Amino acid sequence: MRLSTILLVYIAILIIGYFAGRQKAIAYSHALDAGRTMHSLPMYHGYYVLMWGAIPAIIAILGYFFMGDGLVLDRVIAGLPDEVRSLPESRLNLVLNDIRVVAAGAETSGESEAYIQSAADSLNAGREFLSLLLGLAVVALSSTGCYLAWRNLSGDFRARNRVESAIQVLLVMAASIAVLTTIGIVFSVLFESIRFFQKVPLFDFLFGLNWSPQTAIRSDQVGSSGSFGAVPLFLGTLMISGIAMIIALPIGLMVAIYLSEYTTARVRGVVKPLLEVLAGIPTVVYGYFAALTVAPLLRDFGLSAGLQISSESALGAGLVMGIMILPFVSSISDDVINSVPQSMRDGSLGLGATRSETIRRVVLPAALPGIVGGFLLAASRAIGETMIVVMAAGLAAKMTINPLEAVTTVTVQIVTLLVGDQEFDSPKTLAAFGLGLTLFIVTLILNIIALHVVRKYREQYD
Amino acid sequence: MLKPMDTQYGFIGNRSHDPYVAGRDTLSKEEQDGECIFETVGEVTSPDPIISVRNCNVFYGDNQAINNVTLDVGRNEVISLIGPSGCGKSTFIRCLNRMNDTIEGARVEGDIRLDGEPIYAKEVDPVLLRARVGMVFQKPNPFPKSVYENVAYGARIHGLARSRAELDEIVFSSLERAGLYAEVKSRMDEPGTSLSGGQQQRLCIARTIAVNPEVILMDEPCSALDPIATAKIEDLIEELRQNFSIAIVTHSMQQAARVSQRTAYFHMGQLVEVGATDTVFTNPIHRLTEDYVTGRIG
Ligand SMILES: Nc1ncnc2c1ncn2[C@@H]1O[C@H](COP(=O)(O)OP(=O)(O)OP(=O)(O)O)[C@@H](O)[C@H]1O
Ligand SMILES: [Mg+2]
Repeated sequence: MRLSTILLVYIAILIIGYFAGRQKAIAYSHALDAGRTMHSLPMYHGYYVLMWGAIPAIIAILGYFFMGDGLVLDRVIAGLPDEVRSLPESRLNLVLNDIRVVAAGAETSGESEAYIQSAADSLNAGREFLSLLLGLAVVALSSTGCYLAWRNLSGDFRARNRVESAIQVLLVMAASIAVLTTIGIVFSVLFESIRFFQKVPLFDFLFGLNWSPQTAIRSDQVGSSGSFGAVPLFLGTLMISGIAMIIALPIGLMVAIYLSEYTTARVRGVVKPLLEVLAGIPTVVYGYFAALTVAPLLRDFGLSAGLQISSESALGAGLVMGIMILPFVSSISDDVINSVPQSMRDGSLGLGATRSETIRRVVLPAALPGIVGGFLLAASRAIGETMIVVMAAGLAAKMTINPLEAVTTVTVQIVTLLVGDQEFDSPKTLAAFGLGLTLFIVTLILNIIALHVVRKYREQYD
Repeated sequence: MLKPMDTQYGFIGNRSHDPYVAGRDTLSKEEQDGECIFETVGEVTSPDPIISVRNCNVFYGDNQAINNVTLDVGRNEVISLIGPSGCGKSTFIRCLNRMNDTIEGARVEGDIRLDGEPIYAKEVDPVLLRARVGMVFQKPNPFPKSVYENVAYGARIHGLARSRAELDEIVFSSLERAGLYAEVKSRMDEPGTSLSGGQQQRLCIARTIAVNPEVILMDEPCSALDPIATAKIEDLIEELRQNFSIAIVTHSMQQAARVSQRTAYFHMGQLVEVGATDTVFTNPIHRLTEDYVTGRIG
């Protein structure tokens, strides 16, 4: 049975259930004495029936998606010739892949073995059977659910409260999906990093001055150990995001002050959304801009000033990244400055302070914690940014503090470590997770501090 | 340019035949809604004015909030401005130190003078004007700084003190005059916001007198305070009158009666009646004033 058919039938049953429940409630309400009302509106009775029709069947459908294919495959494997079944895990997987491909009706390269063809047939048959089963189960579950719920309805049934708790459960589930995903990500990075740190000591990683993972390609090569001192990467990251912050902080702050204190509402209404458009530009586009426009400009400028600026430089990447995070700084600062109560400004102006004195001495100090929070958020954005740096700062892990040279960052190295065709458990690939974890911890700390600071500030005026 | 006082604001004398005067039984709807033009009754002028306002109109965009108000604030006098909510009291006192300049779309017309100088003239710097005409707001609004820095703020901005000792002197004496010194002398470095509401409001008054203004405007300074804190501020106002002229907006008739010598009653952007405080409260001329002070409207 086709899945779409099953879904259509399912939805039809639910709609019927809804109206049946509603209808029954309406009938009850007609039977009531004048002046009395039912506990719940007919609509809620309808939703209650719908809910009970929907939930058991949705569990069946989810179960089908997550486990159905596995069950069928197990049966297919059981039907394979013994010598195939006793193959090692990875080879077996290749065979299974072939079976899947044939089952999907695609041409395979070369002549496929007879057992593959027959396994593919049994796979298809199994799938067919399973989906039929699913169809029957869905129809049975949803109609029984609806019926039982419908029978349960009565004039004073508290359907509204039931629906309320169901909605609560739904929301909790949605929230836990987000939380669980985060936890999952953290753990996957964590486990791989632990494997990395089993091969490379944590101390060497955090404090080593030499980064050259490329040497560790094959075990029979000389110098195969590679070296994973991440300090040059940290330095590069620090330098580029530092340059970005040096650009973004003052400009962003001034933009925010201009927007919140000096413009009319009309200008603000135009300029602020425009600035926020900057935040929506894909970072790849900033990358082009950095590599194709800013870098040549810098190089030419360097030539005329007698400076050697390489075409991939920390400076160029940092400048463009500064422009990228500018809207974060200005937008958050603007919000924070705006939330400083007008009475503060009135108090200062009323004492004969000028507008800029008021801003410097009253508004900014009052808004400072929130602004700092905004800066920290922007900083963690800058540290995690990859694309601009890949395109404009280069790949050389050089130990330098000269912003005119090419440097590399943690994120860029993660990308280059993972795009090679390396064995997955070589230190080179695993190093990416070590770097990822470090990055994650640093930005997490920055974010926690930032949120804490912002929250503390909010409390002050609410 | 101005018409002589007597023709424009006819003296109260024999106005008992005036259709608007107290004792008349009914007011027309137009009168209650302020849709007709009232002639201000009572003494709008003062023998020794520090601020004089002539034919003042204020607009917020297209809305007129103040309609042709003429009024004097006398030297060393406390004048209270009363009237129903939204009648323009705050708008009016904000004209006197040009605080309305800071509101987008607000426009002030008319002749307003401080010590005979027109304050809306081109060459007048509103920033300097505000140092001469200080303002205390409805909600205490200490800066997020220490008690000391709150009071020192104005003095620092205007460079009133040449040394730390002079600054101390200004801060302590202002706190003293605001009746707050004894309460905060050991708390100079704590944030101003850590004081109680009443203390905060006195801190704001101290902050205002620290720049030594000639006039202090107060917009419902006690509306956020309890009766005891209110009583302290009222006593303070009485004392401050020795050195300053004060215009105070209040919703409390008792407060107006206690602290002010003159009272002005506003209605829908117009000044209906001005006079000695006792007269306005015990023997108002205008029917609208009577209704307000006896609690029938507002
Ligand atoms: N910033 C502003 N922009 C536009 N209109 C305003 C503004 N401030 C006041 N108004 C309008 O001007 C009129 C007078 O307001 P104002 O605040 O002066 O009244 P008020 O007498 O002080 O009232 P309250 O006793 O409630 O403080 C009101 O109709 C008000 O809506
Ligand atoms: Mg007001």
